[in-house]
Amino acid sequence: MSVLAHLPALVVIAPLLTSPLVLLLKPRGLAWLAALVASLASFAIAIALTTSVLEGTTPGYEMGGWPAPYGIGLTIDALSAIVLLVVTGASSFALLAGRASIDSQIAPARQPYFYAAWLLAVAGFLGIAVSADAFNIFVFMEISSLACYVLIAGGPDRRALPAVFKYLIIGTVAATFYLIGVGLIYMMTGTLALADMESRIEAVADQSPILVAAGFITIGLALKAAVFPLHVWLPNAYTHAPHIVTVFLAACATKVAIYVLLRFDFFVFQQNLIGHELQFSFFLLPLAVLAVLIASGAALAESNLKRLLAYSSIAQIGYILLGASLVSVEGLTAGIVHLFNHALAKGALFLAVAGLALGASGLDLEDLRGIARKRPWTMAAFVAASLSLIGMPGTAGFISKWYLITAAIEQGPLGMVLVTVIVVSSLMALAYIWRVVEPAYFQSSETSSSAGEPAASTRGGAISWLAAVTWIAVAANFYFGLQPALPLSLAANAAGLLLGHMP
Amino acid sequence: MTPEQTILAAVATPLLGALAIVATGRISENLREGVTFLTASILIFWVWSLLPDLLSGARPGLVLTEVLPGIEIAFSVEPLGMLFAALASGLWLVNSLYSVGYMRANGEHHQTRYYTFFAISLMATMGIAFAGNLFTLFLFYEILTLSTYPLVSHKGDADTVRSARVYLGLLLATSIGLFLPAIIWTYAAAGTGDFTPGGVLEGAVGGVWVLLLLGLYVFGIGKAAVMPVHRWLPAAMVAPTPVSALLHAVAVVKAGVFSVVKIVVYIFGVDFLFELPGSVWLTWAAATTIILASVMALRQTNLKRLLAYSTVSQLSYVVMATAVLKPLAEIGAAIHMAAHALGKITLFFAAGALYTAAKITEVRDLAGMGQRMPWTMAAFTIGALSMIGVPPTGGFVSKWYILAGAFQAESYAAIATVILSTVLNAAYFLPLVWMAWFAESQPRYEGVREAPLPMVIALTFTGLATLAFFFFNAPVIELERQLLGDAS
Repeated sequence: MSVLAHLPALVVIAPLLTSPLVLLLKPRGLAWLAALVASLASFAIAIALTTSVLEGTTPGYEMGGWPAPYGIGLTIDALSAIVLLVVTGASSFALLAGRASIDSQIAPARQPYFYAAWLLAVAGFLGIAVSADAFNIFVFMEISSLACYVLIAGGPDRRALPAVFKYLIIGTVAATFYLIGVGLIYMMTGTLALADMESRIEAVADQSPILVAAGFITIGLALKAAVFPLHVWLPNAYTHAPHIVTVFLAACATKVAIYVLLRFDFFVFQQNLIGHELQFSFFLLPLAVLAVLIASGAALAESNLKRLLAYSSIAQIGYILLGASLVSVEGLTAGIVHLFNHALAKGALFLAVAGLALGASGLDLEDLRGIARKRPWTMAAFVAASLSLIGMPGTAGFISKWYLITAAIEQGPLGMVLVTVIVVSSLMALAYIWRVVEPAYFQSSETSSSAGEPAASTRGGAISWLAAVTWIAVAANFYFGLQPALPLSLAANAAGLLLGHMP
Repeated sequence: MTPEQTILAAVATPLLGALAIVATGRISENLREGVTFLTASILIFWVWSLLPDLLSGARPGLVLTEVLPGIEIAFSVEPLGMLFAALASGLWLVNSLYSVGYMRANGEHHQTRYYTFFAISLMATMGIAFAGNLFTLFLFYEILTLSTYPLVSHKGDADTVRSARVYLGLLLATSIGLFLPAIIWTYAAAGTGDFTPGGVLEGAVGGVWVLLLLGLYVFGIGKAAVMPVHRWLPAAMVAPTPVSALLHAVAVVKAGVFSVVKIVVYIFGVDFLFELPGSVWLTWAAATTIILASVMALRQTNLKRLLAYSTVSQLSYVVMATAVLKPLAEIGAAIHMAAHALGKITLFFAAGALYTAAKITEVRDLAGMGQRMPWTMAAFTIGALSMIGVPPTGGFVSKWYILAGAFQAESYAAIATVILSTVLNAAYFLPLVWMAWFAESQPRYEGVREAPLPMVIALTFTGLATLAFFFFNAPVIELERQLLGDAS
């Protein structure tokens, strides 16, 4: 077997095995470098896997040579490929850019632990994406969650501790719900491999344990994905986490949960449970609409930049689910492509926030007055990335919006209501972004110019580097707004796969 | 160069110019202004070199890239876009000359930023003029909105920022909220958004939905300033006067009405809409805007705001002429874009000259300025007469065609509106002209002389052009007759 055949396993193993190694690297530059190299290696593997998926193959792998259901099976299809790209890409960009920001927020002695936890989180997310086994997904979910708790609590902000405790409780409930569901299905079907579940569940589809399992799994994953109104853990966790952690989590954490939700509901339940697609739609559609409207409204009222963007994330998750809940090829394509595009936009935005944080005394909107004068390039990047979030033509966000509105129009009169919701929330996005832009450009800071300057240890070069990487992320938003073939073909492919399991 | 390459060059030139302006801004002001002049001249060369092809009936076009299946960034040149591009590029050069005088005499800050975004706005304008489909039009429409924002908010104080917020908010809200859904709807229903002679919607959308779609377009294109989405235009008057002159008398507002005309002619199809009795609402909406905006102009005491409301009213002439849905009126709509552009830029130039020379912003201070600033006020007079539609000015020509079209369609509402609004226009412009030439001058303006020479040259030129348009309009009419040939 050539090394290429091992890629589906290696994408997870690279960060997983580098993680303990990083602990040993005491000089802090080395720890960062090792984490970055592992992350970039995963990114490269993810790109290689995506290429082979686009060529029409479905890379699979059996751990230790044991075939499923005895061993652990890994499969990569278009849906997992897009998640792999998002996770590895977000991690690589965040690490690449974030040295200055991490140095300013994490004590040098603790940095090896920080990078070790980071790699574990990456490995966990990737493991979820490649697993073809329900229990294995649970294991990786726990790995990633535990690592995320550490990451979020790792910063200097003491308010992160209650936030992470809340996240811990809710995350554990979510994981337990998922596990209960998987356990019930295992009880009824005797298998944990998703493919086997799919074929065996039909015989017992009308039994209440299966229905209960469907409920538990959907709710558990919705909690993880911060589906409104199960989102309460998210704003504080994002706000008080170290800035670079927020970049990474905002780009991919909830997306991975959405991925599992889609995979489970469409692969296992959809074709077997009677009327499940209706239940799925009726469960998710109203929640998605509420998420889009209420979370955007909350963002309008927020006075802290990171919380504002966190609420915006909840609204954007609503977009993804709105597309998925239409249960049509167009809708799913829109949702999945938005999964990719939103990661691009939000990742770039939070990168810019990390840059701004190095020049401001805080991240309340009041602290950001006149920041554009101090950090012109970073603020300009923020504005440019916002265009993608709002959905201006020529940006990635526009592509998802176009598909979403097209998918909604096809739904007839209900679709017109959905179009209105999408349009109104775009305008709300415009308004809450404007609340940031205007003080940044047109008000001058009242504090003296020395306040909020970064610590002397932060070099000017590192800040410019952060701004430069931010601009690369912004450029990606424009690139995928004008050449969206890659995410679109993956998304369309994934939508076809998901619906291929429909009766 | 092939015409296709010329189109690309026309869109790319202002962008390259913007980069060069940024690069040279740090070295020397004169060099930077030189770059602006050079860019504008090259742009004129590209755009005007397309004219012979157009007159001979060619319709060059190209597809730059396909973004989504069936949705392309594509350019094509047709008579209406040709006229718009020729107008905007030509007046950019004049306006740059004027800008240099204005910005320096008033000691404005951030001049490099100003010229840079001006060039980017022109790039967006070229993109709009040459857009080959709805998607491309929308793309450049939004770029134009965003790139003009720094120009409108140039001064940067609290009042300016508040007004600029109205500007950006209203234009973006209408475009995202109404224009974009309309475009997506069009693509979904007709399968294409290419500008096609005769329209693409016939048979794809029917009955009352057409009227709804038309409404989404007309009010979604906030730049056309049909009431009630006109409020951004008076708000935009906080910008430096050269911005008001080129962008809010020519590029931005004309981009609005241009889009309306283009969509009516090439997406709906004139005949298709004419068959639909309900489409007359557009005539009424435009007529209401014309009258109401004129009445509001009557009540303004600030000169630039008066000109802004006059612009709102004049823009709706174009929309109303389009809504008449008769060939002669469509020609009238196109010519009115040109005639109004020449007249209104002259008026704004004069207003800016008054501000620069004597800090005059209010209407009452015009008294007696005719003696002190004869060139400026002469140009102002010509511009005002053109707004009213008095021969021998350009405004008369377009009104003639609009009226002829209205008679053709037997649209008495349109005829009555033109007559009534002419009276109103005279009522708010003639007192100004009379005051300027015959009223007693106020003593505090003793010793006021003409504005700097570049400004006087610019406004004299556009004033003469307004007159010349009355006599030498044949090529324009020739060109726009082909719009007819395309449409029917």
